[in-house]
Amino acid sequence: MRYARPETATEAVGLLANEAGVTRVLAGGTDVLVQLRAGSVTPDLIVDIKRIAGLRAITPEAGGFRIGAAVSGAELGEHAALCALWPGVVEGCNLIGSTQVQGRATMAGNLCNGSPAADAVPGLVAAEATARIEGPTGPRECAVADIPTGPGKTAVQRDEIVTSIFLPARPARSGDAYLRFIPRTEMDIAVASAAVNLTLATDGTIAAARVVLGAVAPTVVLVTEAATALIGNRPDAATLATLQAACSAACNPIDDKRGTAEFRTQVAGVLAKRATLIAYARAGGSL
Amino acid sequence: MKTVPVSTTINGDAAEFICAPDETLLDVLRNRMGLTGAKEGCGTGDCGACSVTLDGRLVCSCLVLGVEAEGAEIATIEGLATGDGLHPLQQAFIDHAALQCGICTPGILVAAKALLDKNPDPSETELRYWLAGNLCRCTGYDKIIRAVQAAARQMRSA
Amino acid sequence: MAFDTEPKRDFKVVGRRVARPDGIDKVTGRALYGADMSAPGMLMGAILRSPHAHAEIVSIDVTAAVALDGVKAVVTGADFADAMDAATADVRDNCLARGKVLYDGHAVAAVAAASGAIARAALDLIKVEYRVLPSVTDVDLAMRADAPVVQAGRAVEVVPVGLSENVTDHCEFGHGDPEAGFAAADLVIDRSFTTAATHQGYIEPHACLASMGPDGKADLWCTTQGQWAVRTACSAILGMRASQLRVTASEIGGGFGGKTTVFIEPVALALSRKAGRPVKIVMSRTEVFRATGPTVASSIDVKIGMTKEGRITAGTATLRYTGGAFPCGTVAMGAQAAFAAYDLAAVRTFGWNALTNRPKEAAYRAPGAPQAIYAVESVVDELCQKLALDPLEVRLLNAAREGTRSSYGPTFEAIGLEATLEAAKAHPHYAAPLAAGQGRGLSCGFWFNFGGNTSVSLTINTDGTVGITEGNPDIGGSRAAISQMAAEELGIPYEQVRTVIADTSSLGHNDVTDGSRVTFAVGLAVIKAARDAIAKMCARVARIWGIDPEAVEWVDGAARPTGPNAGTFPPMTLAEIAALSFKTGGPIAGHHESNADGAGVSFGVHLVDVEVDRETGATKVLRYTVFQDAGKAVQPDYVEGQMQGGAVQGIGWALNEEYIHDAEGHLLNPGFLDYRVPVASDLPPIEAVILEIPNPGHPYGVRGVGETPIVPPLAAIANAVSRAAGVRLTALPMSPPRVLKALTAQG
Repeated sequence: MRYARPETATEAVGLLANEAGVTRVLAGGTDVLVQLRAGSVTPDLIVDIKRIAGLRAITPEAGGFRIGAAVSGAELGEHAALCALWPGVVEGCNLIGSTQVQGRATMAGNLCNGSPAADAVPGLVAAEATARIEGPTGPRECAVADIPTGPGKTAVQRDEIVTSIFLPARPARSGDAYLRFIPRTEMDIAVASAAVNLTLATDGTIAAARVVLGAVAPTVVLVTEAATALIGNRPDAATLATLQAACSAACNPIDDKRGTAEFRTQVAGVLAKRATLIAYARAGGSL
Repeated sequence: MKTVPVSTTINGDAAEFICAPDETLLDVLRNRMGLTGAKEGCGTGDCGACSVTLDGRLVCSCLVLGVEAEGAEIATIEGLATGDGLHPLQQAFIDHAALQCGICTPGILVAAKALLDKNPDPSETELRYWLAGNLCRCTGYDKIIRAVQAAARQMRSA
Repeated sequence: MAFDTEPKRDFKVVGRRVARPDGIDKVTGRALYGADMSAPGMLMGAILRSPHAHAEIVSIDVTAAVALDGVKAVVTGADFADAMDAATADVRDNCLARGKVLYDGHAVAAVAAASGAIARAALDLIKVEYRVLPSVTDVDLAMRADAPVVQAGRAVEVVPVGLSENVTDHCEFGHGDPEAGFAAADLVIDRSFTTAATHQGYIEPHACLASMGPDGKADLWCTTQGQWAVRTACSAILGMRASQLRVTASEIGGGFGGKTTVFIEPVALALSRKAGRPVKIVMSRTEVFRATGPTVASSIDVKIGMTKEGRITAGTATLRYTGGAFPCGTVAMGAQAAFAAYDLAAVRTFGWNALTNRPKEAAYRAPGAPQAIYAVESVVDELCQKLALDPLEVRLLNAAREGTRSSYGPTFEAIGLEATLEAAKAHPHYAAPLAAGQGRGLSCGFWFNFGGNTSVSLTINTDGTVGITEGNPDIGGSRAAISQMAAEELGIPYEQVRTVIADTSSLGHNDVTDGSRVTFAVGLAVIKAARDAIAKMCARVARIWGIDPEAVEWVDGAARPTGPNAGTFPPMTLAEIAALSFKTGGPIAGHHESNADGAGVSFGVHLVDVEVDRETGATKVLRYTVFQDAGKAVQPDYVEGQMQGGAVQGIGWALNEEYIHDAEGHLLNPGFLDYRVPVASDLPPIEAVILEIPNPGHPYGVRGVGETPIVPPLAAIANAVSRAAGVRLTALPMSPPRVLKALTAQG
């Protein structure tokens, strides 16, 4: 195995493109090193992207924020303006692993790992975030929602790297939230999760909504029926019941050591309901 | 596998080592630098026994490659006491019986120091969540929490 | 051993919260654990493990591995000795398989090489041809006549009709006529329970460093609960004489029973013997879960009858345990402990063990008792609910006390159960209000405690300090307690005593650190060794003074003349006697060797409040209080620590911890990510209330405290969850999917 520490994205892409063997991109390393340890991956080349200019920066852009691919979860959590704008996205990222893992793990890495249970991804999809991807022909933009293609699989090619994720500006009276279910209070992989992003009308009804579930299908699921249930309404009991049913209906989970399909289906709806109430309160709504 | 030279700072002292590209910082510290205070409990970032700080940030050294430490500042349990005096956290762990077997203790001390550096007056809930990545199987955590709270009180009044 | 009958004394050192002598080493990272030792020329060992739960080993070809550059030795089960007793042969075959692999992760071969990376690469070059066999991991399925047979020829002498050859152990305990008792009851409840296998979960993986010379003499450094047990097992497995092997115990990073046997130590010795160089082996966490001992998994039926006033009229239990792929006697301890908290006219327990394709069971804190008592205490709680009785009053009404004929035979001496229950009843926790969705659970717990073989040495240094050499690895502060008891007996300050833990060549045999025995048995031996030294010091002083030794007494750290004819001399302190020792006959030391009896059983009561999330099945532990009789708490901090730590291990067992196997017997969760031990944020403060009902078998009244606290949490939490959820949970762990399913079924 060789280790490379390029200083530009172009250099990084060139290294990846020119390597015939197995490659891994290293940001926080909290997935890659576990794979190395387990022997599930034996890379010929590791490309560490942390020294590439700009990849560790959070930069205001067009009323939103561009987040470098090597920014750690801890750094996201310490960025007051980002937390104020997209609290649900940040809380999703901050749920990944322990304090120690937060010191290293990145949002982009969580996305590129391709896990259906990734904590950062539902919030990003709910936020309509986009990723900037550097490749042999230059940068391209891609909706985060289009990146995961299946368990462990993404639309990022082997000679490409995600360099940043863009979280857009948002209208007034907006709020987002992310909740996951784990058996303990920390340190577990999500058994089911839900992100909700809302914008309210001036009368307190929900004008726009995106509801996204994690760990209940091969990729995150955008539940348009759930959003439809919310739009035009307040999150009263009847609306939430419709939302919960729509979410459970959208689940296509597996039984595994972390939970049964039945459990995931039931709990995903519960989480969506609870996340809706948090997002609604963050948007300034009151029941 | 071709080894790589790395220049770094460990506990305030310049340190140079060579390591294989796939070698973890934990293995470097333990096997090449003789710093066996950081322990391997899992090798996958699930137990916190290998906790160190890297440029001031709390990390699991089992999830860092040795080569990534180039130019970085590393702090380990071996650097916590200064001169012949224990750090208040270390003294509090002894005074409050916050260790039984002691294998998790170095990692917990490093993690607790990182918290108190950032937040000198954490609530019990903040403390418990901050330390959630440091498994202890002996104590049930109770005396660990009391010891960190006592050290924090003492450090605030110092 | 004759019981000491001494007046209640005022302790000067015992009972103080002293600083532990190994504290500074352990907070500075200086303490050396199993993996922290290295040797010049050291090789690294690695172990090849079975990918199958059950398979015949058709052949092992190591040619390519041996040929790899840097590989210095390869061993298989054929490198171990043949002749030994059956129990040791099981340990041997668990360290490296012979003929068959019996569980996923069973060791098959091992390599020593110039680096860990080379050793691991060499493992990939070993070709093992397997013939895969059907496997079984469930205890109830394993007992059925049609089950795959894990090991032929290991069955109990007479396998009952309809049961499998996998049934290896059977036991029965009790007295009275249960059927008559059930007939006299107002309500009889008969329920079945299951508990999953759980792992001790010590944070330090097994690690050792072995070095054997061409003369056959060997040194072994390892993390263990008992260096003599390691020596006994390794010397038998390697075909060595005990004197040829010196075992030194490292600091130990947790054991809880799981480090009372050997796994990698004989392998490292065999590799070192073959390579002629020191060999170090350190298990990965995955290896720890796959190949070291979890506790038994169980399936239990309990039937209890109660009058409407709350008197238990009879109880029976049938316990089916599996200790994995080798015979296992743990069920007998469960069958004895099941009803120990109760004074019963009619009680009967039956125990069975069945072989399964799981790792070989290793002891885990009160082995066998938590499962059995969980089942019994769950049924008692349900009876209380259905008869509208206070569960604490019912325990008090039926509590075993001094003079009770125990459910397993012996008659109890002074025991602390009643006092412990009264303390729980008087505690504010028991009367605190509960909100909707919350439930309070209660359970009694019991452990036998153990004494065992102990050998200690106590030296009076010429500067008046004292050295103690003992042989039990300090797993939770025992060096402090032992130093305290020596200081107490000698009448000197704690700070003047230093206790070290010796290797196997420095003392006579010491049983492993288990059975909650160390503070009791090593403490007792140290007190006796101190008395031996005191007698010698008094004799020296008698010679100096020219009087009879009987005319010298030891008071507050000094010899004084006593009796009418002793004369008047100023007291001679220990330091003064020590300083003169070279002139009065040479160095002074005390010794004690014994097989200690009289450990004194231990009872505890746990109270817990939980809240159940009815939409997700998640349980939050809100408040937890432990009450336990310690006999005499020598260092109360570390007694509380045992109570708190045991409670939290039990909480993990009750709520989330379990071995999960797939249909082919593969272990699916061999890591701390999915084998979920409690983390700090899962828990409330754990309050510990120590009671002191002196054990008549110890000069200071000490009882072991380490094991009892893991016993009650299973039922205490189950009872709390069942009351909060409004539905009785009968399977552990009560993981959220299981609880949600029960809530959903309830409607």
